[in-house]
Amino acid sequence: MSAHLDDLLHHWPASPQNLLQVLRAIQARFGHIPPDAVEALVQQWGLSYTAIRSVVSFYHFLSFEPRGRYTVYVSDSVTDRMLGNEALIAQLCQRLGVAEGVTRPDGLVSVHRTACTGLCDQGPAGLVNGRPLVTLTPRRIDEIADLILLETPLDAWPADFFAVHNPVWRHTLTLSHPIPPGAGIQAMRSRGAEGMIATLQTAGLRGRGGAGFATWQKWQACRNAPGPRAITCNADEGEPGTFKDRMLLMQWAHEVFEGMTIAALTVGATQGFLYLRGEYEFIAPHLRDVLAQRRAQGLLGTNVAGSGQAFEIALHLGAGAYVCGEETALIESVEGKRGIPRTRPPFPVDRGYLGLPTVNNNVETFVQVAQIAVHGGEWFAAHGTEKSRGTRILSVSGDVARPGLYEIPWGVTVAEVLQDAGAHDVQAVLVGGPSGKLIDASQLQRQISFEDLPTGGAFTVFNHSRDMLDVARQYTHFFAHESCGFCTPCRVGCVQLVDTADRLMSGHAGPHDLERLRDTGALMQRLSHCGLGQTAAHPLLDVLAHFPEQVERRLVPDLHAFDLDAACVDMGHLPAHAPHRTDTPA
Amino acid sequence: MSAPDTPMTTPEVSSATPPLAKPDTFLLDGRAIPFTPGQTLMQAAQAAGVYIPHLCHHADFDPIGSCKVCSVRIQGRTVASCTMPARAGLVVESETPELHHDRQRLTQMLFVEGNHHCPFCEKSGACHLQAVAYHLDMQDTHFVHTAPHHEVDATHPDVWLDRSRCILCELCVRASREVDGKDVFAIGGRGAHTTLLVNSPSGQLHDSDVAVTDRAVHICPVGALMPKRQGFVIPIGQRPYDAADIAQRPEDS
Repeated sequence: MSAHLDDLLHHWPASPQNLLQVLRAIQARFGHIPPDAVEALVQQWGLSYTAIRSVVSFYHFLSFEPRGRYTVYVSDSVTDRMLGNEALIAQLCQRLGVAEGVTRPDGLVSVHRTACTGLCDQGPAGLVNGRPLVTLTPRRIDEIADLILLETPLDAWPADFFAVHNPVWRHTLTLSHPIPPGAGIQAMRSRGAEGMIATLQTAGLRGRGGAGFATWQKWQACRNAPGPRAITCNADEGEPGTFKDRMLLMQWAHEVFEGMTIAALTVGATQGFLYLRGEYEFIAPHLRDVLAQRRAQGLLGTNVAGSGQAFEIALHLGAGAYVCGEETALIESVEGKRGIPRTRPPFPVDRGYLGLPTVNNNVETFVQVAQIAVHGGEWFAAHGTEKSRGTRILSVSGDVARPGLYEIPWGVTVAEVLQDAGAHDVQAVLVGGPSGKLIDASQLQRQISFEDLPTGGAFTVFNHSRDMLDVARQYTHFFAHESCGFCTPCRVGCVQLVDTADRLMSGHAGPHDLERLRDTGALMQRLSHCGLGQTAAHPLLDVLAHFPEQVERRLVPDLHAFDLDAACVDMGHLPAHAPHRTDTPA
Repeated sequence: MSAPDTPMTTPEVSSATPPLAKPDTFLLDGRAIPFTPGQTLMQAAQAAGVYIPHLCHHADFDPIGSCKVCSVRIQGRTVASCTMPARAGLVVESETPELHHDRQRLTQMLFVEGNHHCPFCEKSGACHLQAVAYHLDMQDTHFVHTAPHHEVDATHPDVWLDRSRCILCELCVRASREVDGKDVFAIGGRGAHTTLLVNSPSGQLHDSDVAVTDRAVHICPVGALMPKRQGFVIPIGQRPYDAADIAQRPEDS
């Protein structure tokens, strides 16, 4: 076994909870998980072969096959496609002499697609060895190809290639009120644990991850469950079109950790985890710095801010799996396992991380918790609507003049956001990402709120030049790629939806396929194990509902929906130029 | 990812408690089913002799709730009965046209996902997937056959694994761990590429700890894991489900 591998293994305590973290480190060092690493983990950590292989085969950024010394992932979100990422991928592959997804024989480079990297406001985007690539252009692609061909170390690349900006176009409440480190903890301690929960109740704060559960109720339930307890922060911002947590983690990390610490002191938790999506690896050094500062300031450790309570926060990184944004899948992943959503009940507040009662909240929720501790519940509740108090940060992208971040009081209309962002000729808006709601131009007066249009933060705009069926088709592929595969309706249903969407696009689907699509979509909604499968059919069903003409004009009579010759060509059984049969396939 | 609104509580007990429900019973299609605390809906139903179609559930093992065939409705919400704790006063629907439709669709999904050739499968007549399909009066496969590639593992002298028949029920995973004490099987991959893994240096059966006598080999509800060289020991026509409906003998294989 190589000395490097030995070093890596000894850097982490031999515990199953660290498996995903050590596998990430091995992948980064060797470009894959080599057989001797598997063997070493079996021998030294006492894990089974399947424990390791099941994790490697689950996460998109881990691989048994060697990837390039330069591993380039081009973000393949719908907004990246709108900005022309496919031509850029082709150009990059051509310049580097590689086929997409295939490592060059000399091991220098591989180019892959990946799901939304959270840079939709500065796309087309990508990642190279974990660093973000922003605003890719044909010229930039040429420069990148040159740097790779010359094997230039990433540190010597122009810094602006990696410069992530966080354009904020509207501040309302949260983004205007930074708090000094420790101020929220101090305020929480003078309120007391019950007082803090009451303050959150007054504030009316609901979880910002999307589901909108009342934060105070979650904390109360966890506090009532027998300890020890844990806190997890969901920084697995994977919903395509969402990037507000990127900004909060880069610029408001103190407030994030302050909110987690307030939660810990309130419910009586001793350990906390910030689960950072693998795509945001580039923010990890900053987060570690902030954690170190807070330890030095006595805001973490054995005696948090003189409270006599101990609390520590560890950073755990994901490795490319959207489903880990589901809170129980996230907890499984924090435990070092595949991100399979658990059966609920029990809920995390009763049995979460390692079976401990656990509060899991979104990044934005924790920032707002810290501010509410300082400024009070009324301060927060004065904004928003009756059931949606306070503000929420929107990630606006797509066909707008000013993509970026907009903090709005809940209750503003879609039209107002569109006007702020400079959107013209709007055909459709996707509120809340593909798992949210697609609306057409007749509905722009609808409110962004839990009462009307809830959102986890994504706000994606499409003008009339966009083919909405193709948009829905791409999102359907995304869900199929991200389905964890645990439950039948999602695992098989996603494949069926993809097949239907592809055939609709290529003119090989008939009315019968639409009937089956509606039936399958409803089934997945009813029966799927978690939110992914329950919402995976939304893009197609919403396009059918709002833009039926874009679907219907492509339909062929059912009898012609199956093209035998095309199917044979697809399967490689017929050359593409074979003369077409003239008889009607039955 | 954003989740749809997921209530933190299990479905509430109906405010208008039905007159038939005693404190320790719930109603299943109008029939009072007694239960003991800690039992799931499925366990209580089985104890009362009521069949709810299922594939990944087995009475000897803790449930995982992945196949969703045992789904039932409680106040408009669909839940897997094998993982749902029984609670007094719950009003549960199982044998409705809607649930029959859903179960049939799920079974059809499992058929098109694999490669199931009942007429010449050694498991025919003893296969739960086939028997549930008969029980649900499944006439076709409804969905598009995607014919995914699945590995066959014939490397072991006594045990055969054909992943194209595997329905990912994890019964072999549980049996190997809990009964055989071996941990031979696990689930790997994700999405459509989810697959049964074998715990051995090669990833194949020949250097694993599996033995033909393991419970894991025999609990397979389909023909994915089979002992070798035992073809047609019981002739077709005399197998458990050739004559009986699976509702009459749900745990046979």
